[in-house]
Amino acid sequence: MNALSLVQTALELGLISSLTVLALFLSYSCLNVCDLSTDGCFTLGAAVGAVVAIAGHPYLSIAAAMGVGGLSGLVTAILQTKMGVDSLLAGIVVNTGLYSVNIAVMGNSSLLNMNQTETVFSRMKDLLADTPLKEQYKTVVVLAAVVCVVLFLTLFLATRMGLAIRATGNNPDMVRSSSIDPVYTTIIGLCIANSFTGLSGCLLAQSQKSVNIDIGTGMLTVALASLLIGNAFAGTGRRIPVRAVGAVFGAFVFRLVYTIALRFEMPAFMLKFVSSVIVVAAIAGPYIRSQIPVLQRRLQHRSGKGEGHA
Amino acid sequence: MLELSHLYKTFNPGTTNAKEALSDLSLSVADGDFITLIGANGAGKSTLFGAIAGSFLTDQGSITLDGDDITLTPEHHRAKYIGRLFQDPMLGSAPGMTIEENLALASGRGGWLSRISKVDKKEFCERLAALDMGLEDRMQQPVGLLSGGQRQALTLMMATFSVPKLLLLDEHTAALDPKTAEKVLALTEEIVAKHHITCLMITHNMQSALDLGNRTLMMDQGRILYDISGEKRRGLTVADLLTLFKEAVGKELDTDRMLLS
Repeated sequence: MNALSLVQTALELGLISSLTVLALFLSYSCLNVCDLSTDGCFTLGAAVGAVVAIAGHPYLSIAAAMGVGGLSGLVTAILQTKMGVDSLLAGIVVNTGLYSVNIAVMGNSSLLNMNQTETVFSRMKDLLADTPLKEQYKTVVVLAAVVCVVLFLTLFLATRMGLAIRATGNNPDMVRSSSIDPVYTTIIGLCIANSFTGLSGCLLAQSQKSVNIDIGTGMLTVALASLLIGNAFAGTGRRIPVRAVGAVFGAFVFRLVYTIALRFEMPAFMLKFVSSVIVVAAIAGPYIRSQIPVLQRRLQHRSGKGEGHA
Repeated sequence: MLELSHLYKTFNPGTTNAKEALSDLSLSVADGDFITLIGANGAGKSTLFGAIAGSFLTDQGSITLDGDDITLTPEHHRAKYIGRLFQDPMLGSAPGMTIEENLALASGRGGWLSRISKVDKKEFCERLAALDMGLEDRMQQPVGLLSGGQRQALTLMMATFSVPKLLLLDEHTAALDPKTAEKVLALTEEIVAKHHITCLMITHNMQSALDLGNRTLMMDQGRILYDISGEKRRGLTVADLLTLFKEAVGKELDTDRMLLS
C-alpha cells in the first residue's frame, strides 16, 4: 500500500464517519445533548440502507436510512423531553432497543452481504467508468454527501430554527423567554442529527458491501474523538461553517493517524481503544491544565510554610 | 389588565419542607401601573412572578391577562406578552451566541426558516446605539464577553424588543455596581414610559420602592400586607414603611439585605 492509497483510504473512511461527526456537531456541540443512541442509529441506517438496496433501490436506500435515523432520533428526543427520562439514559435505552430492531431489519440475521447488490457506489462507478475519476468513485459519492450536509448545516443553523437550537444548548431559559418551546427545538435537532448518523451508516455498509450487527459499535466514541480533534484545529468560538469543516477535517485526521498506525503494525482491534484515549485526553487535558496553577500554589504554600516554621 | 384571584402555591407539599409560598393572593393591576414590590426574604415575591410568568402552575386560583385566562398557559406562550428580568444578568441571554443572534431570537420575527435580514441588522444596531454602551460595534461578539451591566441592559432590550403587555423585574439591578445599576434603572424607566408598559418590580431598595412607580406592595408569607398608592403613598417615608410592617407582622422587618435609603 503506497502513501497515496493510504491517504485515499483515510479520506474515504474519514469522510463517511465525518457524517456522524457532523451529527454530533449538531447534537453534542450545538444542542448540548450527548446522544448515546448514536451506535445503534448508525447500525440502523446501515441495516435499513442495505435491505432497501438489496431490494433493488440504491437511491431510495439513502432516503430510507436517513428517514429511520430521524425516527430513532425522534424516539430519543421524546423520551427525554416528554417522558422524563434522563437524556443519557434515553440514549442508552434506545441504543439497546435498536439492537433487536436491527437484527429484525436484517431478517433475523446479524450479517447481510451486498456483493451482488446495486449500490450508490456501484452506480457511481458505472457513471465515472470513462473519466479520470474512475478510481475515486467512492470518494466522489461520500464527498458529495459531506458537502451537502455541511452546506445544509451552514444554512440551517443561521435560520431562526437553527439559532433556537443553538440557544437551547446554551441557555434554555432564554429560549423560553423568546416564546420558543425548547422541547420542540430538541426534537427537531435530534431528528436531523440522527438522520445524518443513519446516512453515515448506510454509506459505510454500501462502501464495504456488507453490514453486520457490530458495524456501529464504538461509533460514538470514534466520532466524538474526531469532533474534538476538529475543535482543536478550528476552535469552538468560530463561525459555524468553519467549525463544521473543522469537524470533517478532524474525522479525516483521525482516520489518517489510525491508518498510519495500522501500517506500523498496530493491530486493527486497537481502533476503539485509541478513540477512547483521544476522547479522554481531549476532555481531561484542558481540565488538568487548568489545575496546574492550583497545584503549583499548593506546593509553593507548603514549602513556604515549612521554611517559616524552621 | 392583570387579575390574580385567590392564588395558592405550596412547594414540596406533604413533606417536612412544605412551604406555602402564595396564600390566597389576589391582585388587580391596572393598565400602565408601575408597581414596586417589597418584603422580607421568603415573602413570596419571586414566587408571585413565577406564577404570573408560568414557571410553574399554581395550586388554586386564576390568572387573567387582558381578559384572557392564562392560568394554564405554558411559560413560552406567556412569554409573548410577559417580559421578565432576573437578578442574575447571565440568565437572560445565550453566552455562546453573538449579540446579533440573541437579538434575532428575542425579536421573534420571521418564520422558522427565515434568516437575519439586513433591515433587522440595521434596526438591532440602532437600538443598541440607544443604550449608549458601545454594543452596536460588537454585534458579532459572543454575549459571554459582555460585562454584567451590559448583559442586563441587553436582556432588558431583548425582553422589550416586541413590546410586552407586562414586564416583571426581579431585582434586576441588585447584582450590578451602583453606577451601572443606576444606568440600567434609568433605561428601564425610559423604556417603560416610552412604550407605556405595565410593570412590576421587586426591589430591596426601600427608597426606590417609594420613588419609582405609582403603587407599592408589601408582601409577607405569601400574602399582600399593604397595597399603597395615590395620596397615601406620596407622603410616605422609609421609616413609615418599617412601622407599617411592624404593625402588621408584629416583628421588625428583616433589614439585613434591605437598603434603607
